[in-house]
Amino acid sequence: MHKSIIWINLLIWYREAIFEKRYLNNYLNGENNMKKLLSIFAVAAFAFSANAGTLDDVKNRGFLKCGVTTGLAGFAAPDDSGEWAGLDADMCRAVAVAVFGDRSKVEFITTTGKSRFPTLASGEVDMLARNTTWTISRDVNLGFEFVGVNFYDGQGFMVPSALGVSSATELDGATVCIQTGTTTELNLADFFRLNGISYEALPIETNDEGKENLFAGRCDVYTTDASGLSSTRAAASNPNKWKVLPEIISKEPLGPLVRHGDHQWGDVVRWSLNAMIIAEELGVTSENVDAQMSSNVPEVLRLLGVEGNYGEMLELSNDWAYQIIKQIGNYSESYEANVGPDTPLEIARGLNALWTQGGILYAPPFR
Amino acid sequence: MNEMNEVRKPPVATTGIIGWLRLNLFFNWTNSLITLFVIYCLYQFIPWILDWTIFSADFKYNYLGEQITNQEMCSRNLDPENGGACWAVIYVRFYQFIYGFYPKVEVWRVNVAYVMLALALLPLLYAKLPYRKYFLYFTYIFPVIAYFLLNGGLGFTEVSTNKWGGLLVTLVLGCTGIALAFPIGIMLALGRRSKLPVISMMCTLFIEFIRGVPLITLLFFGMVMLPLFLPEGIDMDGLVRVLVAVTLFQSAYMAEVIRGGLQAIPPGQYEAAKSLGMSYWRMNLLIILPQAIRISIPPIVNTSIGLFKDTTLVIIVGILDLLGIGRGTLADTNWLGLSYEIYFFVSLVFFIFTFGMSRYSLYLEKKLKTGINMGAD
Repeated sequence: MHKSIIWINLLIWYREAIFEKRYLNNYLNGENNMKKLLSIFAVAAFAFSANAGTLDDVKNRGFLKCGVTTGLAGFAAPDDSGEWAGLDADMCRAVAVAVFGDRSKVEFITTTGKSRFPTLASGEVDMLARNTTWTISRDVNLGFEFVGVNFYDGQGFMVPSALGVSSATELDGATVCIQTGTTTELNLADFFRLNGISYEALPIETNDEGKENLFAGRCDVYTTDASGLSSTRAAASNPNKWKVLPEIISKEPLGPLVRHGDHQWGDVVRWSLNAMIIAEELGVTSENVDAQMSSNVPEVLRLLGVEGNYGEMLELSNDWAYQIIKQIGNYSESYEANVGPDTPLEIARGLNALWTQGGILYAPPFR
Repeated sequence: MNEMNEVRKPPVATTGIIGWLRLNLFFNWTNSLITLFVIYCLYQFIPWILDWTIFSADFKYNYLGEQITNQEMCSRNLDPENGGACWAVIYVRFYQFIYGFYPKVEVWRVNVAYVMLALALLPLLYAKLPYRKYFLYFTYIFPVIAYFLLNGGLGFTEVSTNKWGGLLVTLVLGCTGIALAFPIGIMLALGRRSKLPVISMMCTLFIEFIRGVPLITLLFFGMVMLPLFLPEGIDMDGLVRVLVAVTLFQSAYMAEVIRGGLQAIPPGQYEAAKSLGMSYWRMNLLIILPQAIRISIPPIVNTSIGLFKDTTLVIIVGILDLLGIGRGTLADTNWLGLSYEIYFFVSLVFFIFTFGMSRYSLYLEKKLKTGINMGAD
């Protein structure tokens, strides 16, 4: 938007220059041109500094642009009717609902591991929900802001049930399928050294290769992120023949992120996620949300916009959180529908359970 | 005399089926051994592939007669003894494979565009078509019609390219890339051979730069760097950016192919044209290029096929082409683990298109007698 001003300015300046040249009229009288050039830079500086209000941009555009994966089981993948479904897709929809009150006002932009950051940085998407691990370099150096964690992942192990192993510490001497050149390789080496056991690595390149090698019995153990293990297991012709061990040996907090510097927009995304977690804490679900409007718990009333003006603070409508819960559901509902024990992925809540239930999912209070 | 007039039949062993077999399959003992080995391999392979793809495969219903809606219902997952491929995933996802996420109410526009594409290609491919001239007019305006049809405008509601996908994206990228790269490639090839140093240097630089980097790098350049060079008001579409990269890439290769053809034309042809008083453009258009392009048909088709397959690389910039939709399907928890079926289907579609292209080039070669026969006729 703002760059067009510069463009028009440049155009005017150029036309004037041509005009002057045609009449041989002090075209190279540097001072006059210099002033014009400076004025262009001044406009440019103003234009760039003014380029911040993502929330306004989204509202004006009429829909949210959300970056997701090109397809990852349970997190974001197109379903049979072409609708995006998954934990990350729900995150995008929740933000769209918060802003517009309509879960369909979102456009999913597919990004790969390589293209996700440039796409966000260039403003092509308003936010990323692309199972991205929150690390210091991404948060600080790349100029993004992680607004929370919607899935705590970590590196795990999968073995054939027939191996009769119940813990990763019993894997002494096992052949391990491992993707080369990744952090998983380092984590694995550290874990085995710490526990004083040995292993033999079978290097592989892709997830598919790891799956084929494990299923063919060329390695005893396959290690990668736990969510990846679950989808590998679900892809087996008989999932019960395979087992994911309880040990998780690395931290992979996955969460939505936005560009640095636009705190208002960061708040909208952060509290859309928090609203879903708080709703689970308070027992508000998409089914009982209407009944909860007349609840006697103050925090429920604040969350649903019956009391207080928290929506106004975020420059959203006051029923934004109500709409999220009504149209998307609380965190637990989204989890159970996409990755939970009833889905083919069968990922237990584990770390992703609420802090009151043995997990570490914890949202700041709604007040 | 009588004996001489009597026509004797050739020995049985050199004619008919037996003769052909002897000449081609059992000429000597190594030949016979190889033939037997290949027959054995085919005997092992063909029944198995036919059984897997057709006879034991599920198409829409599994062996219990239920309609398949997820991978657990596939016969081979219900009972590993009892099933081949599970084509239901293709059946259910067919729409996505062909149109991507194009809205269902508007999909007739894509269908019309597909039919029009066939009509536009017809006069180009088949020279004896009746009323070919009028068809050609249609071919020239087809890109404009297709743009408005697919993208919207002129009364059609807009469908952003982000909703395009599957075969639609593959064809748009492939056709536009090939069609635009051809004229650009010709200009670059002529430019590179030009005697004007600035033009020839610029063309050489361009070609060498583009050929020197992989397509993936160019795609990233188009996706990530191009917007930085453009003013923010001009919001260049993602697909257009990829198209620019693909076209640049293809035109550099096309230029080198055509330059090869140009270099095969003997200097006598240039001299003859010049001695008739032809200008540079007339000489190239009427004398040189027709011959050069004729002898470069095989490599032109070769690079075009290469490009058509290379379009699958757009997945890395987040555009879901045919292969991308296949991968997306594999990530749906309902269809996990059906990779054989999906990759088989995608490769089959690619094979149909590329095989068609290569057969057509053979037909052209035969028709135009592309062998080098300079001066002989």
